[in-house]
Amino acid sequence: MTEVLAADGRPLKASLNRALRRQKLRALALIAPLLIFILVSFVMPIADMLFRSVENEIVADTLPRTVMALEEWDADSGDVPGEAVFDALYTDMALANEYKTHTRLGSRLNYELTGISSLFRKSGRRVGRFDTDVYTDAFQDADPAYSDPAQWATWMADDTIRANLPITADTYDAWAQMIVEAEGDVPAEEEPWDFVYTALYQDATAGADLPIGVDLSGIEPVSLSAQFADVDEDWLDPEVWQTIKIYSPEYTNGYFLNSVDLLKGSDGIEARPESEQIYVTLFIRTMIMSLSIMGMCVLLGYPIAWLLANLKDSTANLLMILVLLPFWTSLLVRTSAWKVLLQQQGVINDVLVWIGLVADDGRLQLINNQTGTIIAMTHILLPFMILPLYSVMKTIPPSYLRAAKSLGATDWTAFWRVYFPQSIPGIGAGCILVFILSIGYYITPELVGGTKGVFISNRIAYHISSSLNWGLAAALGTILLAVVLLLYWVYDRIVGIDNVKLGG
Amino acid sequence: MLDAQNAFVAFDRVQKSYDGENLVVKDLNLSMPKGEFLTMLGPSGSGKTTCLMMLAGFETATHGDITLDGVSINNIPPHKRGIGMVFQNYALFPHMTVAENLSFPLEVRKMGKSTREEKVKRALDMVQMGDFAGRRPAQLSGGQQQRIALARALVFEPELVLMDEPLGALDKQLRETLQFEITNLAHELGITTVYVTHDQTEALTMSDRVAVFDDGRIQQLAPPDELYEKPQNSFVAQFIGENNTLEGVIQEIKGDTCIVKLDSGDTIDALPVNVAEVGERTKVSIRPERVEFNRDRLHADAHTLKAEVLEFIYMGDIFRTRLRVAGTDEFVIKTRNAPDQARLVPGEMIEIGWMPQDCRALDA
Ligand SMILES: Nc1ncnc2c1ncn2[C@@H]1O[C@H](COP(=O)(O)OP(=O)(O)OP(=O)(O)O)[C@@H](O)[C@H]1O
Ligand SMILES: [Mg+2]
Repeated sequence: MTEVLAADGRPLKASLNRALRRQKLRALALIAPLLIFILVSFVMPIADMLFRSVENEIVADTLPRTVMALEEWDADSGDVPGEAVFDALYTDMALANEYKTHTRLGSRLNYELTGISSLFRKSGRRVGRFDTDVYTDAFQDADPAYSDPAQWATWMADDTIRANLPITADTYDAWAQMIVEAEGDVPAEEEPWDFVYTALYQDATAGADLPIGVDLSGIEPVSLSAQFADVDEDWLDPEVWQTIKIYSPEYTNGYFLNSVDLLKGSDGIEARPESEQIYVTLFIRTMIMSLSIMGMCVLLGYPIAWLLANLKDSTANLLMILVLLPFWTSLLVRTSAWKVLLQQQGVINDVLVWIGLVADDGRLQLINNQTGTIIAMTHILLPFMILPLYSVMKTIPPSYLRAAKSLGATDWTAFWRVYFPQSIPGIGAGCILVFILSIGYYITPELVGGTKGVFISNRIAYHISSSLNWGLAAALGTILLAVVLLLYWVYDRIVGIDNVKLGG
Repeated sequence: MLDAQNAFVAFDRVQKSYDGENLVVKDLNLSMPKGEFLTMLGPSGSGKTTCLMMLAGFETATHGDITLDGVSINNIPPHKRGIGMVFQNYALFPHMTVAENLSFPLEVRKMGKSTREEKVKRALDMVQMGDFAGRRPAQLSGGQQQRIALARALVFEPELVLMDEPLGALDKQLRETLQFEITNLAHELGITTVYVTHDQTEALTMSDRVAVFDDGRIQQLAPPDELYEKPQNSFVAQFIGENNTLEGVIQEIKGDTCIVKLDSGDTIDALPVNVAEVGERTKVSIRPERVEFNRDRLHADAHTLKAEVLEFIYMGDIFRTRLRVAGTDEFVIKTRNAPDQARLVPGEMIEIGWMPQDCRALDA
């Protein structure tokens, strides 16, 4: 095909693009604020949540040497790791104690194994008072140079000495960094701490040449595993070490496993104990109840929307205000009102007893269970069903029904074959709105759901605000998001997403 | 004239009010024989759609009786009346294909699949839309939709078809083609048709009889030629075709002619139509093409009026000349474009007259 040229001889396509560029730029500038807002308020939080659900850097960040040392250890052996691991733990723990990060790590690991939190807190408190000062004394007694901070600094700046004393060099660097960051002092003016001398001793016993020879044969070696065991016997429990080792990678699927009632045992993924399984039940319950609420909303909302769409405008407006009225009162007030109505000594039960439908001793349990949640949530979400339905029904001209009847259809056939199919886009939009809103709802289930009527979102809220297990909350949220997207996809396949109309 | 007993469709003193205060339809009497094509013509709001809706069963008459084939249908629900209907906005079901739309009335009549398919095909061929069976209404042009709507109203072979301004939304050319097709179909199939329009050309060209509606009443019910040539009252005369109106008082009535003294003082000859006595006010109506300004062609004793030519418009087949006559500037005459036809020049003074039977003295 020959290229079409514009009047000035340039290709027409290029001319057109040039002409449109300004327009495009302006359009982009106009939507830029919204785009940025969406990015900041929507995309970033979701991305952050997705990341948090797998992020697990805290173990490797807080106990880097321990994690390295543990690589050698076989978690399935059932044995406690060797002395080298405890040596590494000693340095890590001493540093973490100064940075105050060991308690956070303790809480993190406590999600996986109860008791680790207190174990870490105790150990952090005691790690400074371990018997390792015998090493310090031995070096300092042998030569005063070992107590001179400046001398230490010189040694640690010397590459041959550093190559000679790898453990010491690494430990000294970490210590020096800690002195600067946590204490705000100058390393060249501070005497190194016990764990640096411990590292020096470890290098020496491994056969390295010391900068100034010291006879260490008289020193009784301090077993760090014994020291830790002295703080808490749990350090000799292989399960603690298994947990640390399992959660040492930077990324973990642990939160997700937890979200579906599984856990990472020493030999792979296994089910949680019966008593701890809650999330799968909650997910299923959330889905089923959201679907019930959606169904109730369709059943109750469809006739109302139909009425609204077919009444004359003034009456329809008045009714519409009644439909929207719930939006004007606080959610809490509405929910509390349901408490008043639904409780066993409440208005509804009283009326039922009064008209003799139920016996006084057989009052219905309408609240603090799933019934309560469904009733209250249906009420709250009903407008979200009615509004799209109404706006779609408003666009269906009454002449369709008349045409159907004139063609011989009974009222019901005319409705079912002609009116209903045209209102499906409204039902679709309403269902999606109600369903998505309801699986994320947590205030109402919290207030009227009791224990049997709460949703997964209540657990998410709990983990975010009470247990502070944000990783688990993020994993639960991610699963919820995935389920919604999956259902959306299924809906698209079955009904077609372009078949959703919010109006017009 | 048919009476209500042996007419196919009959309205007997039907009244209709929506709000209990105003009568939208006042005392409607109408009988149609089988196979007739009747058009309801009238200005907007005159009650045409209301009549159609009462016939179809979507509105109930406040008073009076509507009979179909001798049976009162007041209490028969719309879906049992078996009346085909074409709506102004076509009302094709948007979620069904053309074929499904057509097969809908057959399905609700519980016809078998093969019968349905055959009838749908026949109906589509009838409106020359055989190739469009699989399309959705939204994929059709206005004229095509109209054809489908027509086919759908006819596919279940109703004896009576109602059409409410079916061609209102189409352009002139298409309208004319479809007018022709609809009348042809109606006559071929022998169906009785009630057709609503407010386009008088449409009414005149299509119908066997036209009912002119105004103010909830039938002003005149007559075949097109009679309606045009012999309007019964000044509303009909004004509404149908172009018309010159002069106002005056009856001066003398002798047999089938009368003399009218116009407000300007001139006297003219006229045919008394619905005037009874001397002294009554009247509007006389003269069609533009019946006005003669060639003295030779008029009766020797005919009354004439002086006229000043104001405007001469060349319209191809005819000349349209606007005159100042008896105090009005809007008097129009039409002359055929023939070789010997004089072309009037603005400013020229002429004398005009007419045969007395072409000048109808109507109610004021
Ligand atoms: N559903 C209704 N409720 C109240 N008044 C109505 C209703 N339908 C029609 N009317 C009134 O009845 C009168 C006649 O209406 P109708 O629709 O029969 O007129 P029409 O002759 O079909 O006019 P058009 O040529 O504009 O379609 C109008 O004054 C209208 O306002
Ligand atoms: Mg109408």
